[in-house]
Amino acid sequence: MKYINEYRDPQLVQQYLAELHRITTRPWTIMEVCGGQTHSLVKHGILRLLPELITMVHGPGCPVCVTPLNLIDKAVHLALDKGVILCSFGDMLRVPGSKMSLLEAKARGADVRILYSPLEAVKLAEQNPTREVVFFAVGFETTAPANALSVLHAQHAGLTNYSILASHVLVPPAIAAVMSDDDVRIQGFLAAGHVCTIMGMHEYQPLVDDLKIPIVVTGFEPVDLLQGILMTVRQLEAGRYELENQYSRVVHPDGNPHAIAVIREVFTTTDREWRGIGNIPGSGYEVKEALARFDANRKFAVNIPSARESEECIAGLVLKGIKKPHECPQFGKKCTPQNPLGAPMVSSEGACAAYYHFSQTLEELTSK
Amino acid sequence: MTEMTTAIKAAKLKMQLQCPLPTLDFEVITLGHGSGGLLTNKLLDSGVFDLLRNDWLDQRHDGAVLHLAGPVAFTTDSFVIHPVFFPGGNIGELAVNGTVNDLAMCGAIPAYLSLSFILEEGLPMQEFWDILVAIKFAAEQAGVQIVTGDTKVVERGKGDKIFINTTGIGHLHPQAQISAKRIQVGDKIIVSNYLATHGIAIMSVREGLEFESGIESDTVNLNHTVEALLDDFGAAIHLLRDPTRGGLATVLNEIARDIRQGVHLDQEALPVDESVAGACELLGLDPLYVANEGVFVAVVSSDQAEAFTTTLRTLPHGEQAAVVGEVVADHPGKVVIRSAIGGRRIVNMLVGDQLPRIC
Repeated sequence: MKYINEYRDPQLVQQYLAELHRITTRPWTIMEVCGGQTHSLVKHGILRLLPELITMVHGPGCPVCVTPLNLIDKAVHLALDKGVILCSFGDMLRVPGSKMSLLEAKARGADVRILYSPLEAVKLAEQNPTREVVFFAVGFETTAPANALSVLHAQHAGLTNYSILASHVLVPPAIAAVMSDDDVRIQGFLAAGHVCTIMGMHEYQPLVDDLKIPIVVTGFEPVDLLQGILMTVRQLEAGRYELENQYSRVVHPDGNPHAIAVIREVFTTTDREWRGIGNIPGSGYEVKEALARFDANRKFAVNIPSARESEECIAGLVLKGIKKPHECPQFGKKCTPQNPLGAPMVSSEGACAAYYHFSQTLEELTSK
Repeated sequence: MTEMTTAIKAAKLKMQLQCPLPTLDFEVITLGHGSGGLLTNKLLDSGVFDLLRNDWLDQRHDGAVLHLAGPVAFTTDSFVIHPVFFPGGNIGELAVNGTVNDLAMCGAIPAYLSLSFILEEGLPMQEFWDILVAIKFAAEQAGVQIVTGDTKVVERGKGDKIFINTTGIGHLHPQAQISAKRIQVGDKIIVSNYLATHGIAIMSVREGLEFESGIESDTVNLNHTVEALLDDFGAAIHLLRDPTRGGLATVLNEIARDIRQGVHLDQEALPVDESVAGACELLGLDPLYVANEGVFVAVVSSDQAEAFTTTLRTLPHGEQAAVVGEVVADHPGKVVIRSAIGGRRIVNMLVGDQLPRIC
């Protein structure tokens, strides 16, 4: 596969690994923010190839994992009790709400559809004028432009039966929130390449300056990740803290101005509850007042009480990088992908599920 | 596309052209067609089932009398695929090939099939006909006789156009000694053709996920290929499995669990067609978990593995055969893959369905 195989080149990987082993003299703790990066690190077995001095901690960048329980309950309620056509990206379906997941709601008769693009949901609304169509608009800045565009398309088409249940979350406030915890020992960040493709890099400079830590915008393939880690370790070893761009083949410092314009037209920044972490000020998007008729939150005025998380789940500590998934007493025991106690065990990008799927007998394997 | 698939396509098209739908005074299946009464007989007499005629079906009896000698293999499978028509085929040939291949995996030479339909009221006769033509074609390709069958009709909304069950009987190949108990450490794991093609072909036409691709299902009967391999390699073939639902990962996990040994896989050796690999990247799916048709996994003794693979590559549907791993004494019960860049990870069994990712 062109433009993928080049970034999985075993020789290049070996060169980056050799250089990392050569320059690393002290222990360093680095967080990769994005779930896609976590997935790739474990899937390709990179964690076991890194120098022992380097510890990767897995950040809160899995949108499925941080979507609050309450919002899943809301989606289930809309689908099951309000008779809407509830459209969602695939991996949201298995996330357990306080009573059930969307997949279970589907089994009980709810009309839940898996879509790849929110524009498909707009099409569904056009085809089903007598039914309400709600798109479960989850994700980071990456999916925000497409979700925003769906609202503009629906507006343009004069649709009155389309709305989005928006739960967008934003990376920079999350980095600040993670670092504000006294127990956190993170010394550098790999920022999420796809988020920066949309938003650009400028909003990370204040974080670098305030927190005095290196942030390297990084891609998702093995060579990307190793290069990003190498750039971060080089800074750390030299005592530098700068904003750098490993993913320059995709990320422009200014981001994608068209996408940003669409986001600004539809969304406004709001405080957002993060599952496992809590409320982070200014960390989410909600639909603007002027477009309230496309906002399922306002349109259906559903009042679902906040649900309590499992007390045994340490998702918050995992998402902040304080604990590793396998350090949880319930990991692989009471909590498995078949029966998850918390969201990071559900999504394939969740740190717990990634560990479970790809490295559950980490110790056993490394000792061989 | 290989010469073989081109030839199969041409033959299928020829049969479709030679078998036009008979003139009928009804256009859709109605509840009465499954009543067992007049309408059922009308359907049976309409010429629709003449497609599948043979001595057994002509008797119109409650069952078929078969003369079997020696050990036989016996298997059953139900087919509920959505959509019913997909790139490269339809549920009809899938229902024949699925059961034929299950028999072949037992080391048997498939001989007889039963064929049961559960039809949904309102199924257009033309679609039913197209499915029957596909069944006829697949049965002829495999060299099996359909000897008994049944048709039921359910109310509209209580089925998904058509469900098919086939049950098959085959004579065991005299050289076959297929048993997981015969697997030994050092045995090689061989995949017979490109992985994940069927699953991606189906996914490309699922509602809401449609994407343009030239990917077609590779559903096909594997019995002749397996028979030729059994002729040549007999007892060296320790196990055969077809990695349909749950993909290669699930089958290998079952093997590792059953034999209490480890399975080592080599990522780079896995045969995956470029366009299928691209679609998997795009959809966030792992080809190891995607459903297959027209592909089998063989566990073969290490001294014969190379010759087996070389022979398989010369046989129909084996062009891309490759040794992809081996049975190891390490990590018993677990499948471990070595990634292209040298990292290692556990490959677990599939949990639920593979769901496409957000981003």
